[in-house]
Amino acid sequence: MTALVDAGLAPYDVEVVRADFPVLARTVSGHPLVYLDNASSSQKPRQVLDAEREFVEQHYSNVHRGVHTLSQEATDAYEAARTTVATFLGASDPHEVVFTKNATEAYNLVAYSFGNAAAGSRFSVGPGDEVCVTEMEHHSNLVPWQMLCERTGATLRWIPLTDDGRLDLTDLDTLVNERTKVLAFVHVSNILGTENPVDVLVARAREVGAFTLLDGAQSAPHQVVDVQRLGVDFFVLTGHKMLAPSGVGVLWGRKELLDAMPPFLGGGSMIEVVQMSGSTYAPAPERFEAGTPVISQAVALAAACDYLSALGLDRVAAHEQALTGRLLDGLHALDGVSVIGPATTESRGAAVSFAIEGVHPHDIGQSLDELGIAVRVGHHCAAPVCRRYGVPATTRASSYLYNTAGEVDALLEGIATVQRFWRR
Amino acid sequence: MADESLYQEIILDHYRNPHHKGLRDPYDVEVHHVNPTCGDEVTLRVRVADGVVSDVSYDGQGCSISQASTSVMTDLVIGRAVDEAMKTSEAFLALMQSRGQLEPDEDVLEDGIAFAGVSRYPARVKCALLGWMAWKDATAQAVAASSGGAA
Ligand SMILES: Cc1ncc(COP(=O)(O)O)c(C=O)c1O
Repeated sequence: MTALVDAGLAPYDVEVVRADFPVLARTVSGHPLVYLDNASSSQKPRQVLDAEREFVEQHYSNVHRGVHTLSQEATDAYEAARTTVATFLGASDPHEVVFTKNATEAYNLVAYSFGNAAAGSRFSVGPGDEVCVTEMEHHSNLVPWQMLCERTGATLRWIPLTDDGRLDLTDLDTLVNERTKVLAFVHVSNILGTENPVDVLVARAREVGAFTLLDGAQSAPHQVVDVQRLGVDFFVLTGHKMLAPSGVGVLWGRKELLDAMPPFLGGGSMIEVVQMSGSTYAPAPERFEAGTPVISQAVALAAACDYLSALGLDRVAAHEQALTGRLLDGLHALDGVSVIGPATTESRGAAVSFAIEGVHPHDIGQSLDELGIAVRVGHHCAAPVCRRYGVPATTRASSYLYNTAGEVDALLEGIATVQRFWRR
Repeated sequence: MADESLYQEIILDHYRNPHHKGLRDPYDVEVHHVNPTCGDEVTLRVRVADGVVSDVSYDGQGCSISQASTSVMTDLVIGRAVDEAMKTSEAFLALMQSRGQLEPDEDVLEDGIAFAGVSRYPARVKCALLGWMAWKDATAQAVAASSGGAA
């Protein structure tokens, strides 16, 4: 608690928070569940489940399509969810919030929209143009850009990594240059935990007139995000990592851009006038929400935003930082264990990847599961990062607002047990 | 640790002291298989002579289950007729897909019966099959090449 007091914040009672999450009371393999796979997906509090249930039980209908009462109530709830998310992100206009099915769809939306732009338009991408990403991207913010470059003949470039898990910005000015159309990068890495210097990257992109897209899948759940202060053009989050159900994500984009970008998916709701010879398109956000949208999931996401705001994301961040520090210190103290990613809590999120000498991550994850401890093993959809650090996979523990110091200690003890078993 | 049902002593032995590991010449076909979900990989060579699997050699990286299973596989197929080895491979595949419901035949699978427990862990079944699938692929290619080789 001292970290909170030092930061001038009210004490954070993690036990009160835990009581909102029914699953945390269960056992796994005869042990209390220690859920440290939050970077993959978070658990859901009663408040979010109740909000979704209440909506579906009392107000559900399709949206934007009817005059009857339920249709109006559902539309109101859906649009109120948009406003809540906009406020959560510090956006000036709810119309800048596009609901998608996840973060992955949001990157594809932007990449395909740019790919659909007529030659000569400010969004068009073609031979001679460049798209820049980083070597630490999640596949979802990498593969769509590779595909865009393949389709259009543009060139993909990437910012490499340093040995300590940060972006190597030495050649930033050549990697992001006058030919760069888009600089797409991750805010907080899901595999290394690194928090990237958004200001430096945005400043360079602005100098050369490149659009910026920030992958906030691992930042929005854990820290206060203000898209206007960040200065990016697009920001992406995914609901299931921030207490909401799976099936809803968000693309935030500057309204002026969204209104000018060509559509990605065509269909109902995204149109203005449809004739057999052709159609015109609605302004954003409808332009990018073809078909029946993710209605109840969006309502649930808004409830999740409310939950996080009520708790205070600055307090959540301080709580998590204390846990991350405890985990890093504990890992550093263990023989034969190395951290892959930044060694301290400086500019770092709560995802901590590590390796245990002589034990494969699969075996680590399986052995920890026998102790009720849920961690993730594999390449975490960031295979180039594993290659960069010469490991086939990592073990990753990632805490969230309901984790405790005792759970971090249980993991550290679990690692020692794993080492004893595999060293026999 | 309570996970002995998965990590049988036989599996741990093969993991620590893998049989037939290391790439060898001569060989007919070399394949490279990966498990895209975890990054495990194996490079495997097969030599088939007169309808018999005369050698299998391999290198790779992976978890205890994938490494041990590949080691056991080499014991079971080297020196056997291709048809017979393919039948063994099918028996192992059936065991892996059994979700713990099949009683393995020790006469057929020998050390392979230690993997019966793995079939209860769907996330690990792919690990256990990595080397087997690579062997099957390489052997099928070797057989096809030798039968087509006359042309
Ligand atoms: C950094 C990062 N970006 C993007 C994603 C993709 O999110 P989703 O699978 O919900 O589209 C994830 C999660 O897996 C992530 O961790």
